Amino acid sequence: MHLFLFLLFGGICAGGAVNLLIQRKTINSALSLIVVMGSLALIYLLLGAEFVAVVQVIIYAGAIMVLYIFVIMLLNAGEEEQAKGSNVAKIFGIPGLFAGGIIGIWVLLQHRPAEQGVKIGALYGPADQVGWMLFNKYLLAFEVTSILVLIAIMGAVVLARRGNN
Amino acid sequence: MIPISYYLLLSAFLFACGVTGFLIKRNIITLFMSIELMLNGVNLSFIAFATRLQTLDGHIFVFFVMVVAAAEAAVGLAIIISVYRTRETLNVDRVNLLKL
Repeated sequence: MHLFLFLLFGGICAGGAVNLLIQRKTINSALSLIVVMGSLALIYLLLGAEFVAVVQVIIYAGAIMVLYIFVIMLLNAGEEEQAKGSNVAKIFGIPGLFAGGIIGIWVLLQHRPAEQGVKIGALYGPADQVGWMLFNKYLLAFEVTSILVLIAIMGAVVLARRGNN
Repeated sequence: MIPISYYLLLSAFLFACGVTGFLIKRNIITLFMSIELMLNGVNLSFIAFATRLQTLDGHIFVFFVMVVAAAEAAVGLAIIISVYRTRETLNVDRVNLLKL
């Protein structure tokens, strides 16, 4: 059951990632990226990362991708021109693809399922423990993050303002 | 029960797709989305190792990666809007001057 769910969501995830590459229109790439992020959230749940799964849906699939789609619609980004295939890509890409495929098959043959993992339902990363760590061990990093976000907001406002150039 | 290597394989695949998209795409917004794909692949391996090592630090790091990605998306998309206003193109090959 666990393996079936992993293969299902992992397949959707990989398919979305490949679809992002082969689509010509920007909006289709953005929508397939949303599919990737949604299925990744479910994979996080399989791994027991409850908090991260929820944050993934809210921040990534919600906030960030909405921003992307806003910009795509604002700039009227239609079809893109594709780059011509370079020789370097052929020389390094095809052997690289083979090497990656061989490593992948080796890993799949080497590690059988049912070794270790988290049982479905036995949530391992509950939100209260993550929050406790965030406000104790990583408090300084958390506060610095808030300054980063503040600077990013101000930078976005300044950069996107009309008439500064 | 799934071995950790399966998750790492998926993570590597996502990262490779992101790198490939960054190299073959020409639209600046799609390049940005490829970066997000790479960050997602890295996040998956963080979570997988956190589960393997039975520690929650990986989850915190994923949270910080997400915050940085959000900040990057906000600033980057503002830069894209600004570039589009001055050059009226989204093709990165045509954005080849630092100053107009």
